[in-house]
Amino acid sequence: MKDEVDTREDRVANLKGMGCSRKRVEDARFTQGKGNYVDDIKLDGMLFGDFVRSPYAHARITSIDIEEALKVPGVLAVLTAADLEPLGLHWMPTLAGDKQMVLADGKVLFQGQEVAFVVAEDRYAAADGIEAVVVEYEELPVIVDPFESLKSDVVLREDTVGEDSAPIDGAHGPRKHHNHIFTWEAGDKAPTEEVIANAEVVAEETMYYHRTHPCPLETCGCVASMDKVNGKLTLWGTFQAPHAIRTVVSLISGIEEHNIRVISPDIGGGFGNKVGAYPGYVCSVVASIVTGKPVKWIEDRMDNLMTTAFARDYWMSGKISATPEGKITALRCQVTADHGGFDACADPTKFPAGFMNICTGSYDIPTAYLEVDGVYTNKAPGGVSYRCSFRVTEAVYFIERMIEVLAIELGMDAAELRRINFIKKEQFPYKAALGWEYDSGDYHTAWDKALKAVDYDALRAEQVQRVEDFKAGKTRKLMGIGLSFFTEIVGAGPVKNCDILGLGMFDSCEIRIHPTGSAIARLGTISQGQGHATTFAQILASEIGLPADSITVEEGDTDTAPYGLGTYGSRSTPVAGAATAMAGRKIRAKAQMIAAYLLEVHDDDVEFDVDRFVVKGAPEKFKTMKEIAFAAYNQAIPGIEPGLEAVSYYDPPNMTYPFGAYVCVMDIDVDTGVPDIRRFYALDDCGTRINPMIIEGQVHGGLTEALAVALGQEIAYDNMGNVKTGTLMDFFLPTAWEVPNYETDFTVTPSPHHPIGAKGVGESPHVGGVPCFSNAVQDAFRAFGLRHTNMPHDHWRIWKTANELGLHG
Amino acid sequence: MIPAGFEYHRPRDLEGVLALLDEHGDDARVMAGGHSLIPMMKLRMADVPHLIDLQAVDGLAGIEIGADEIRLGAMVTQTEIIGHAGLAEAAPILREAALQIADPQVRNMGTVGGNIANGDPGNDMPGLMQCLDARFTLVGSGGVREVAAREFYEAAYMTAREDEEVLTAVTIPRPAGGHAYEKQKRKIGDYATAAAAVQIAKEGRACASAAIAMTNLSDTPVFSEGAGAALVGTAVDAAALAAASEAMLGDIDPTEDNRGPVAFKRHVAGVILRRAIERAWSRA
Ligand SMILES: Cc1cc2nc3c(=O)[nH]c(=O)nc-3n(C[C@H](O)[C@H](O)[C@H](O)COP(=O)(O)OP(=O)(O)OC[C@H]3O[C@@H](n4cnc5c(N)ncnc54)[C@H](O)[C@@H]3O)c2cc1C
Repeated sequence: MKDEVDTREDRVANLKGMGCSRKRVEDARFTQGKGNYVDDIKLDGMLFGDFVRSPYAHARITSIDIEEALKVPGVLAVLTAADLEPLGLHWMPTLAGDKQMVLADGKVLFQGQEVAFVVAEDRYAAADGIEAVVVEYEELPVIVDPFESLKSDVVLREDTVGEDSAPIDGAHGPRKHHNHIFTWEAGDKAPTEEVIANAEVVAEETMYYHRTHPCPLETCGCVASMDKVNGKLTLWGTFQAPHAIRTVVSLISGIEEHNIRVISPDIGGGFGNKVGAYPGYVCSVVASIVTGKPVKWIEDRMDNLMTTAFARDYWMSGKISATPEGKITALRCQVTADHGGFDACADPTKFPAGFMNICTGSYDIPTAYLEVDGVYTNKAPGGVSYRCSFRVTEAVYFIERMIEVLAIELGMDAAELRRINFIKKEQFPYKAALGWEYDSGDYHTAWDKALKAVDYDALRAEQVQRVEDFKAGKTRKLMGIGLSFFTEIVGAGPVKNCDILGLGMFDSCEIRIHPTGSAIARLGTISQGQGHATTFAQILASEIGLPADSITVEEGDTDTAPYGLGTYGSRSTPVAGAATAMAGRKIRAKAQMIAAYLLEVHDDDVEFDVDRFVVKGAPEKFKTMKEIAFAAYNQAIPGIEPGLEAVSYYDPPNMTYPFGAYVCVMDIDVDTGVPDIRRFYALDDCGTRINPMIIEGQVHGGLTEALAVALGQEIAYDNMGNVKTGTLMDFFLPTAWEVPNYETDFTVTPSPHHPIGAKGVGESPHVGGVPCFSNAVQDAFRAFGLRHTNMPHDHWRIWKTANELGLHG
Repeated sequence: MIPAGFEYHRPRDLEGVLALLDEHGDDARVMAGGHSLIPMMKLRMADVPHLIDLQAVDGLAGIEIGADEIRLGAMVTQTEIIGHAGLAEAAPILREAALQIADPQVRNMGTVGGNIANGDPGNDMPGLMQCLDARFTLVGSGGVREVAAREFYEAAYMTAREDEEVLTAVTIPRPAGGHAYEKQKRKIGDYATAAAAVQIAKEGRACASAAIAMTNLSDTPVFSEGAGAALVGTAVDAAALAAASEAMLGDIDPTEDNRGPVAFKRHVAGVILRRAIERAWSRA
């Protein structure tokens, strides 16, 4: 530790508190290969489990023969649904109120579905065992299109229908058809339709937001270890919500919660992929109980891409009406959502389409209506929020495309159209037509700053020239200017409307100050690369006046950390970050009393100053937090308990609404379909900024995943339900080579209801980035009559657009 | 992604390799850099009960630049090609192409011999070798023979090499004139949507000779004699380019995959070919 420093500035710098680009404390171990991931866990006698998976997308299973597999050296057991059934574990509940087969119960509903679990001495023996299991299938008609599914006689989920295939009501109400899952509505239908019917200008478009996948570098996996002597189950896993997993495991296994310890060690990226519960977890637990040995299960890349947690797959039809001057009057959105074979979406329970009702975006739209239909098909289950709050990426893509289409309809500049429709600064808190109350924003300032930074008018002039040159045969490259202005809705969430399976979405922080003035803080969240150990220590440093370097942050072990709902939906800073600040303030309140005692003045006569309490008006009289910590433990103070600890459970009063303004400039080779991103400017307003360097890192990462999704990343199926993009050769994961230089910028509009005004940023760049990249591609062709074309904009689809517009001569 | 069990052999000399190949026949495969073979084994698309590692075998390495010919040992890696100054001067197209293969990690392992012997239509070296009119040296227990690159490829993964033969070296006549290796791919590490290798010599203002081959547009590399012939004697003007392109489009036979449908690939093939010819001509 540094010596006591003098100036106030030095003391502030020494804390490395809020606003400091403190280097990430996690990186020392990650950059030296010393991270501890699930697959690094090795226990005595540990076995390895792996799945026999279905090659078919829809088939009845007529027999499973495990005899040969059991003869493979090293194979100890093969579990099938028949083995799990007596335990009631052949099916499991999903986060969306549906249920999912743990192991195929008579039929399979998607390619790669888990059919049997081979338990062996190591993963090599397990792989050989899988080859030796003989499964007989009787193929059934395959449905990969949700519209076809809603018309089909084929019943995908026989467990969800009654007599004559009549659909039984689901978790979200009545169902219209045996392959229909739910209808979810927000806003006012009749008034919206009326406004649109009578409007002078209406733009209409249907867009498909393709199915993709979060594809974290580390796949999903776990190690289950049942100690039969003391009855305790320890489960290490790639869990974005370890406490929720503990509760769910307890509820479905019947093991009491105190006998379950869930540990999320280092996690190599989650992006939503690691929120849900997977058959691998259940099978590992059962296998450990059956064998009495620890059992590890780790997906390989193909398993991960094909079976765990896809994202998106939304068909969105919109109508947007406006006055001839461009003032938007109403918005209607109809979604057909392809949920695959089981509804395993990871959304707050009351929101089966997530926060899709943020689809009025950043605009003051007086009337709106949203309707979402969930549908079963023969595709993998999932529907997670890939680097976004629940379905916000879909919502923002929808509105940012509708704005562009409306601009075309009006013959107006899309930047100007946005400007005249933004919610104004003085309208906040703003009650949106679809129900949300936006906490704060200053959209016009951000937009003007962004357009000025890129010299928007000059870009448009250059684009006009380019079009002329193209028409004159002087160039074969077109230029696109992609715009996007997004409003995120993060920090789920108020327990009054956000829960998952009945678990309220609060979060927590528990702080223990050690006598020598260092501390440990434990939270209910879990970092997957976000740098929590760095930033949460910074929040605390500023709140309690101890250096961030003296504060350890720990998460992920349910035996030690306070209960919380985990990390996804950019909720850690808005919820656990708030809990951290609040717990810090409790520490400070007690420290104030101790300081006053030590300084022999009244409590009200001391005030906090950076790292100490000083006597008001006499700054030379002070006690540092370090001194106070020691006194808290070692000095008998009348009326005050020894120790310096606090815990806070924080239930946020509202979500937070980060926003941002992005601009992308792209050149497109019309003949090959190859895009070249010339410039990308990203302005983010995430409220109070805790660590600018981490924010920048998050923005770079989110933009890169946005680029991926917009320009090529998809989980594509053929008509037989075969996954066509099951390896990284075909599933587009950009490398440093494909990634442009990003220019980052910011404005600061604090959240009025968050203790430190922070809003969350991890997902904003993805949410805002996807439409920005997509709009750039589409904008390049606007002068040639393009209204809309679907993502992903890979080479051949861009080429196809050019071709259909007659640009190949 | 776990391969089936296999025996690992690491012989020290070619005799050892040939003896193992003779002993195990179909059940044995040699491995060079392993960066095509191991993925196939992991996907269980290749079943190799006896894997013969060539890394310790003497006499398969080295780059020799002769007055008329260049000799590349089969185990020369793509990285070695990129880093070899003499080779960059004698046949710069090799470096230009190698830089467009995969990524540095793969290139550190991937060998010329493996890339050529693999027989995957996506590999870049086969078309390149056809363009350069290379000859492959094959050694079996029965003796040594040479096969021309332009006659080596029969179908996807089917070549003129017998199972018991090892490819030991590649011999390339020193190329003259201008060159270009043009490749369109979706990202670093991807095989070509279309790639063209072009080597053109100029006499006065006319094209004296032209050799052109393309990659990943058929089940074998496509050496188009017609495309080359269309340029010879011309000033490589628009008409000649069109004729070359037409000849090439008559020779390729792409199939649809995730890169796109046939119409797209044919169009891109024409574009890439023209760009390659133009660049090679500008350097001739
Ligand atoms: C991610 C990735 C991207 C790639 N991208 C490209 C690309 O863009 N372009 C490209 O061209 N390649 C690409 N490759 C393939 C790479 O270049 C391989 O290294 C190369 O194809 C094979 O070389 P190898 O030495 O690794 O051969 P191996 O994998 O060891 O062998 C390949 C085959 O050739 C046989 N073989 C090898 N050596 C001999 C020999 N001396 N005699 C007889 N038979 C032999 C083997 O038995 C095997 O059947 C990529 C590979 C990866 C993993």
